Amino acid sequence: MSKHFVRVEGLSKVYPSKQKDTVVFEDVNIGIDKGEFVCIIGHSGCGKSTILNVLAGLDEPTLGVVTMDEKEVSGPSLDRGVVFQNYSLLPWLNTLENVNFGVKARFRDWNSKQVAEHSSKFLAMVGLSEALTKKPSELSGGMRQRVSIARAFATSPKLLLLDEPFGALDALTRGVIQDELIKIWGETQQTVFMITHDVDEAILLADRILLMSNGPNARVAESVVIDIPRPRNRANIIEDPHYYKIRNHLVNFLINRSSDELPSADGEGGVTLSVNPARQEIFKKTNESIKAIAAN
Amino acid sequence: MASLNARAMLVSLVILLVLGGLWEALNQPPPASKQLTEYELMMGAADQQARVPPPSKVLAHAWKELSNPFYDAGPNDKGIGIQLAYSLYRVITGFVAAALVAIPLGFVIGMSPLMHRALNPFIQVLRPISPLAWMPLALFVIRDSEQSAIFVIFICSIWPMLINTAFGVANVRSDWVNVARTHELSQLQTAFQVILPAAAPTILTGMRISIGIAWLVIVAAEMLVGGTGIGYYVWNEWNNLDLNSVIFSILMIGIIGMLLDMALGTVAKLVEYEE
Ligand SMILES: Nc1ncnc2c1ncn2[C@@H]1O[C@H](COP(=O)(O)OP(=O)(O)O)[C@@H](O)[C@H]1O
Ligand SMILES: [Mg+2]
Repeated sequence: MSKHFVRVEGLSKVYPSKQKDTVVFEDVNIGIDKGEFVCIIGHSGCGKSTILNVLAGLDEPTLGVVTMDEKEVSGPSLDRGVVFQNYSLLPWLNTLENVNFGVKARFRDWNSKQVAEHSSKFLAMVGLSEALTKKPSELSGGMRQRVSIARAFATSPKLLLLDEPFGALDALTRGVIQDELIKIWGETQQTVFMITHDVDEAILLADRILLMSNGPNARVAESVVIDIPRPRNRANIIEDPHYYKIRNHLVNFLINRSSDELPSADGEGGVTLSVNPARQEIFKKTNESIKAIAAN
Repeated sequence: MASLNARAMLVSLVILLVLGGLWEALNQPPPASKQLTEYELMMGAADQQARVPPPSKVLAHAWKELSNPFYDAGPNDKGIGIQLAYSLYRVITGFVAAALVAIPLGFVIGMSPLMHRALNPFIQVLRPISPLAWMPLALFVIRDSEQSAIFVIFICSIWPMLINTAFGVANVRSDWVNVARTHELSQLQTAFQVILPAAAPTILTGMRISIGIAWLVIVAAEMLVGGTGIGYYVWNEWNNLDLNSVIFSILMIGIIGMLLDMALGTVAKLVEYEE
């Protein structure tokens, strides 16, 4: 484990009690590169949120360290933006003010005009230009989560942490916001760490998926590289011949293997399923031509 | 079909007319059967039975008083406006002083479990004390009846605001505090930008309870210390056996109390939010 932008090393979380200590997870190792989109999947209660909160600096591990940019994480920071499942918007502020809240905290010397312009730009990216003066209580769940995402991206953190951001949304809304997330991520090249319980969502979004075994004593058991070329969207991704192979592997893990006693993986690099060199070559070319088009 | 509000108003009006009518009808003086001497009149012979003045009399009296509320004809004869102004001044001074102490202290108690535990015994012992029980001590220490009344208002206003502020602050959703933390807000910024707006509705509820209690207590306090104020006025008019004035001032106490509550209710609306 060296050159990674974010390093999680030997992380454990234990809740001590008189009868028997609860080891939620142990020896979790994760490496995330700059600009990488990493998803983590695992059954409920295996400690995903705890890991994310440790990354955010909101929670402390029992053992292990987290470093970002060679500095140890020891508390919350604007360098790590968090999107919580329950949106965490401040209900007394309207849409624009909620995003302004983040922008003002980030860019403390900006005047209010600069702040509002910056916020509006990010709200426009998630299609909320029409709802600037609405309070969160007047917004649907999907719209609230968009505000929350806009706030996180507008503060341009070095690492973006998403805790099941779409968990509470219906499938249609989720799809739309996933596309928006891909778009905004493509524009900003954020490093993202995201929890999800949706296999398809993970394949659509991630460069790499971490699979956690069940708790207690959960571990990161596998790291699966998703080599489906970008840009991806929900329509073209299922046409990729590789898609079902990955999907089956993930579902199989969750259903059959996640409860096994699995050793800790090193949570980086990881298996790429059936790497076919010819295929990889094609991907590379398409990716390059896409980049060339995008650059023009 | 008229709106619910309009119908409710109609029912209120009917109730008012029925009750007012009954009150009027049951309190007519008996027809004078014979001419009474001035002496008999003075001794109350005309009317052996104690009788509450009917609303017509009270209203006529109210009209007279309200058309010149601020006259000042010596210590025992001041307009109702002046008396109410004295009481309001005491209530508002005591209340504001209490808010200035209770809200910051409530923040400290709400944010620090240590301070909560340390201060809780004092609050539990001091809170149940009737505010008027402080009066003798206040008079002895302060040596000024005016300021003692204000002190009594201060002490009775403090508890609901203190307890509600502490409760509101302690129960701010941890998600919102986490938002402040992940945005690197300082303690002070968190207090003003997140905790204060989050707890404001609860604090305002405490303030409304406080001002209600303060307005209840000022009447009793002024009856005790005398001199000026609506409480003194009621008691003085009772001593004068002027029941018209007594009933009129009772109504005024109710109306002012309602206005005070409405004023804070308006502020509460401003800070309210829906989750
Ligand atoms: N105070 C606590 N004492 C004991 N166990 C706890 C405590 N808090 C959380 N846990 C356990 O930690 C585990 C991890 O929770 P969490 O990180 O939210 O899981 P996930 O996000 O994967 O669903 C849960 O199984 C929960 O029961
Ligand atoms: Mg969770």
